[in-house]
Amino acid sequence: MKMHNLVLAAAGFAACAVGVMESKIAAAADQFFPLLVYRTGPYAPNGIPLANGLRDYYSMINLRDGGINGIKTSVEECETKYNTKLGVECYEKLKGKGATLFTPFSTGMTYQLIPKAKVDKIPLMTMGYGRTAAGDGRVFKWTFNFPTTYWSQASAFVKYVASQEGGMNKLNGVHIAHIYHNSAYGKEANPTLDALQKIHGFKLTKIAVDHPGQEQKSAWLQVRRKRPDWIFMSGWGVMNQVAIKEAVSAGFPMDHFVGNWWSGSESDTIPAGDGAFGYKSAALHGTGTDWPVIQDIIKHVYRGDAAKAAENKIGDVIYNRGVLNAMFNIEAVRTAQGKYGNKVMQGEQVRWGLENLNITTAKLKALGMEGFTQPFTVTCADHESGGPVIFQQWTGNGWKFVSDWITPITSVVRPMIEEAAAAYAKENKITPRTCS
Amino acid sequence: MEFLESIFILPFLDIADSPIFFLEVVISGVLAGVMYSLVALGFVLIFKASGVFNFAQGAMVLFAALTLVGLMEQGVPIFFAILITMAVMVLLAILIEKMMLRHLVNQEGIILFMATIGLNFILEGVGQIAWGSDVKKLDVGLPDKNFEYGGMLLNTLDLSAALIAAIMVTVLALFFQYTGTGRALRAVADDHQAAMSVGIPLKSIWIIVWSVAGFVALVAGILWGTKAGVQFSLVLIALKALPVLILGGFTSIPGAIIGGLIIGVGEKVVEVYWGPAFGGAIEGWFAYMLALAFLMFRPQGLFGEKIIERV
Repeated sequence: MKMHNLVLAAAGFAACAVGVMESKIAAAADQFFPLLVYRTGPYAPNGIPLANGLRDYYSMINLRDGGINGIKTSVEECETKYNTKLGVECYEKLKGKGATLFTPFSTGMTYQLIPKAKVDKIPLMTMGYGRTAAGDGRVFKWTFNFPTTYWSQASAFVKYVASQEGGMNKLNGVHIAHIYHNSAYGKEANPTLDALQKIHGFKLTKIAVDHPGQEQKSAWLQVRRKRPDWIFMSGWGVMNQVAIKEAVSAGFPMDHFVGNWWSGSESDTIPAGDGAFGYKSAALHGTGTDWPVIQDIIKHVYRGDAAKAAENKIGDVIYNRGVLNAMFNIEAVRTAQGKYGNKVMQGEQVRWGLENLNITTAKLKALGMEGFTQPFTVTCADHESGGPVIFQQWTGNGWKFVSDWITPITSVVRPMIEEAAAAYAKENKITPRTCS
Repeated sequence: MEFLESIFILPFLDIADSPIFFLEVVISGVLAGVMYSLVALGFVLIFKASGVFNFAQGAMVLFAALTLVGLMEQGVPIFFAILITMAVMVLLAILIEKMMLRHLVNQEGIILFMATIGLNFILEGVGQIAWGSDVKKLDVGLPDKNFEYGGMLLNTLDLSAALIAAIMVTVLALFFQYTGTGRALRAVADDHQAAMSVGIPLKSIWIIVWSVAGFVALVAGILWGTKAGVQFSLVLIALKALPVLILGGFTSIPGAIIGGLIIGVGEKVVEVYWGPAFGGAIEGWFAYMLALAFLMFRPQGLFGEKIIERV
């Protein structure tokens, strides 16, 4: 028993020592990136590759490049279980350890952290999730959601359907169903779909699925009865796998079933088996390991051990999303260093870097990401950048692109973003800044 | 006016317009209800035998399913994987009795309940450490084909899962009602000390009942895991069992069956026909509302034992 206690005490001491060392290092001379991760809980199948992608890219920057212009990166993980309350606790814990940028990876957490970021002067990077209205940088100075948002994604989906039906003028009479997770996240696409329905005359049916989505027979009975031509899904976690299986059971054609980019990963399709063949989803980056940047991670972080890298889900959709997000964060710091000098950047400086980020084709090529994602520019007023969306299809053992990069319908989406941002500003007594 | 119409007129017109589809909705409710009953059964078994509301029942489902699929991934044939998993669940029952329950004999129910909360976290953690957090495909050979019958689309996996669940529930109901061990289990549930005083071996009974609950968890894990993949969210299926328990009573196996069917059919019919009027996704809270409505008339549930205490 005494031995047992001794071992426990030693383990506890070691854990504390490592924690202290990690934070001391962060405080000293490194660019510290806090990681709010969910490696446990119901959403861990997505949380693990996401965290691995971020972590590996930061490591590669140190190992391959010696840091960002000589400034090493450091990270510390905090487990959120994808729980908003725990996420806010993690934010509070890590902000005092030199955090200069947070990536919450949860729409719920983002909503909670937006007011805090402004006070703490730490920018939020919410790539492909969060509050769409934050695309208006005049109101949301500290929040960024480039390269594209849920609303832009929904409009790109409508354009994709139009391309399959023979043109935008053929949308009239087409029946689209939106099956969504009954949460703030799941409902995000609804306003855009409503607006586009009025313009283009397609029929829209909205079907909500309760959390967590393990039992959704009712939703698919409604699909059977209403017989939509296309289904767009805003699902998450187990809801996706069950929906794909239910779609197969309902006899719905899989090539007309399109998930959003959080409903299109290997963990959604593989458990559904052969039935998932032909299922489609939106995407904002490439998958697989053929990209030079992914090869660099295998070479430098895994020392060429591709099998070990595969264990960490390298090349999977969600892993690559983590890599993309980490690249944006690193490039924001690099951009800021261009103005403030090659040293550790503070929150306000990183915010400037995010707001002046210019991802060009040449830069993507230099980063080993040419074709992996598309170029874009962030501005003071436009924190979203309205980047394009691509659609991919499950082949049974991987994803392949089945569309060109589709530009969102910004003429509809941007006014909606500005209207929502103005309403937020009014509600929270924020005076929008002027962007010249 | 439009809202009232969508509640009091349109659903009934819909049903009259397509009675075959209504029947399909009812059948899918029955099939879902039997699956809920199976999960509820795990709670009922342990509550009957030890008076404990086992918060860890969902985690037991996850743990059993993860162990099974983990063994199968290691190349163990299905039959042996099921046997080994069952042995693991019996071992778990022994450990629970030795390390948790025997130290809490005759304690308040709330203390036992708190202990099962701890057990829940241990099982969740151990399961994920041992077998990982990936979503795992589970295929134990159950048929998974669609077919049309009388204009209704049915699925063989749903039907076979419901059949297995129904057989399991019936066998356990008979076991509790007509065997000596079943009676001993009920006696233990009524009063630990009184049961011991008449020679009922409390520790053995607890091991038996937790093992049976482990077996129920394994079957539930297989059926739900085949449908949705084996993953952490299996622990959340316990949420589906709670309204069934409230409705059917915590101590009644027939209650778990009838409760499951009422909840299953009720939520499907309400969601399909009345859901659109409320923006959809009402079946989750409707199940609880229905159960609570029953409680107004029968506080002990449909088949629960009426508690009469001398004051």
